[in-house]
Amino acid sequence: MRALLLVIIPLVGAALAAFWPGNRTRPWLLPAVGLVHAGLTFWLFLDPPRVGPADWFGFDPLARAVLPAVSLLFLVCAAYGVSYLQVRSERPNRVFVALLLTVLSLLSAGHQARHLGLLWIATEAVTLAAVPLLHFNGTPRAFEATWKYLLVGGTGIALSLLGSFCLGYSSLHGGGGGDLTFVALMSQGAGLSRPWVLTAWVLLLVGYGTKMGLAPMHTWKPDAYGEAPGLVGAILAGGVTTVAFTAILRVRAVIGAAGAGAIADRSLLVIGLFSMAVAALFLLGTRDFKRMLAYSSVEHMGILSIGAALGGAGMWAALFHVWTNSLTKGALFLSAANIRRAAGSPSLDAVRGMSVLTPRSSALFVTGLFAVTACPPFGPFFSELKVLRAALAAGHGVATAIFLGCLLLAFFGLTRVVFAVVDGRPRRAARVNSQRFVETLGVIAPPLVLLGLSLALGVFTPPLLQDAWSAAVAQLRPAP
Amino acid sequence: MNASLNLLIGLAMGLNLLALGSSRLPSLIRAMSLQGVVLGVMPLLLEQGADWRVGLVALATVVGKGVVIPSLLRRAMRAAHIDREMEPFIGFVPSLLLGAAGTIAAVALARALPLLPEHQGLLLVPGSIASVLTGFILLIGRAKAISQVCGYLILENGIYLFGLLLIHSTPLLVESGILLDLTVGVFVIGIIVDRIQRAFDSLDTRKLTVLRE
Repeated sequence: MRALLLVIIPLVGAALAAFWPGNRTRPWLLPAVGLVHAGLTFWLFLDPPRVGPADWFGFDPLARAVLPAVSLLFLVCAAYGVSYLQVRSERPNRVFVALLLTVLSLLSAGHQARHLGLLWIATEAVTLAAVPLLHFNGTPRAFEATWKYLLVGGTGIALSLLGSFCLGYSSLHGGGGGDLTFVALMSQGAGLSRPWVLTAWVLLLVGYGTKMGLAPMHTWKPDAYGEAPGLVGAILAGGVTTVAFTAILRVRAVIGAAGAGAIADRSLLVIGLFSMAVAALFLLGTRDFKRMLAYSSVEHMGILSIGAALGGAGMWAALFHVWTNSLTKGALFLSAANIRRAAGSPSLDAVRGMSVLTPRSSALFVTGLFAVTACPPFGPFFSELKVLRAALAAGHGVATAIFLGCLLLAFFGLTRVVFAVVDGRPRRAARVNSQRFVETLGVIAPPLVLLGLSLALGVFTPPLLQDAWSAAVAQLRPAP
Repeated sequence: MNASLNLLIGLAMGLNLLALGSSRLPSLIRAMSLQGVVLGVMPLLLEQGADWRVGLVALATVVGKGVVIPSLLRRAMRAAHIDREMEPFIGFVPSLLLGAAGTIAAVALARALPLLPEHQGLLLVPGSIASVLTGFILLIGRAKAISQVCGYLILENGIYLFGLLLIHSTPLLVESGILLDLTVGVFVIGIIVDRIQRAFDSLDTRKLTVLRE
């Protein structure tokens, strides 16, 4: 019941937002619902409910290992949202607030879905609910980005539906009764029809990989993240991609039980390395600091995919990385949004010297850069180190070398853009524009809190959290 | 039973080719909506003792794909004053050839996949793959947003065809959820098409080229 409340409460909040009369007071619903959601999530985290094997829905170990990170990220972004929507008070925010809360509800549903069909419905619905958030700014560029997001994302989600059907048919063909819960599929194991299992894996990897933003299906990401408001980007990069990643993990567990785990791991490793390489190369070329964040996100999705391919230790590291990446990326998105608002443009051609105009946001942006490029003692350093150790332990020497090379290139690319934004003398247009933007506590504290959480996770990873990740790995890779 | 179902699937595959070869948007929309109606009737043939719930799904499909969505697209088309696909990325004859090759490949590919005894001799799998490929060709090869939407819908029709294999085993809850999601998806697409029309004063996606590296 408590698990279901995680879905219902934000939905009630969304309905409330849809009928709330005041444009100025409505944004406060965001942190209010976020706070209740986070509180409930942490209660569930500390005292997990019993989940029956046949349950379609529940706060199972995998949800316990990942959902608190999403809830935390949403809460901080919601707090930022209040200040952001006050700055943008000229735009009506009814749809924005209602749909942001709907996204939270659907994310909670997707993370807790233990049924192939239910998982698909939640992922598709979250894709659609995010559409009006992307074009909140209402510019032609925003509509262009939304169109590409819809076409690429829609196709990906359609392919994952086809993959789900194939997996269902593999169960039917193997003599199953058509029970599409992941537990039932895993217990059928080698009884699943192999040609159909492999077809399903390809389609589901491409489908959910599109949602996650793995290369070469990442093309919607730079456009969408570049044009969406910063907090939407943070939630997409930290929450929506996470639900797609857990979907891939759940499907991978079924494929593993069917005896095709080695093939699945190899494909995850290759697509992960390819994503990192593509992201690193584009990071060296991009001239837009919001699109830069998108490529950085593609890179980190690659790291997650590589981690998932490296057995139990790698999967544990990937779950760790979900946390560190969500929180650190959130800090970067929010501080970049401040800079973008002050500068009036996201392009390097028009923006420089922002450390003069927005000193606090610039400091956060630079610190976030070092955190996300895995400088100790921030969280991503430790999670990437774990992935690296898992890769070496599994004997993937070449893959490790490519992994490190891509990290280095990404470091060059990110520092190039970030310091071009921060250093130098500000342009006159940015000077004039930035006078309308004040670095209040409301826009500085949220990214600061996220960076602090990223640091805390790196310095001291709570044993309870580590146990949660181990339990999730045990769920996904049961001992034979 | 199987013969009449196969006839309908064959008809749907023929409509794929019609959609690929038509340069006028109304005929593309007509092919797409006719295919939706053909698909909507299929569950009734597949199900022996026609259940009321299956009837409901069939009715929703026929009304949604055959009436609501086409009329939405026609309205967008009139608002934008276009009725013809000019200069597609992939020409009409090459599209048709690709579609024909795709249909042959679909039949060959479907042979590699094992089927349950009750599905032997049905064209559902090749029909599904052929429609998905047709959808892809339209998505990639057409420049007008409305044509791309039609491509997306034909792709979805292909997935629906495959879903018919599972109609006995999946709970209705899942099916109706999927149907609902798809309908909402098309509405969202429709709204965005409308906004693009207003923002760019055109539905030509070649004008959507600001965002690139």
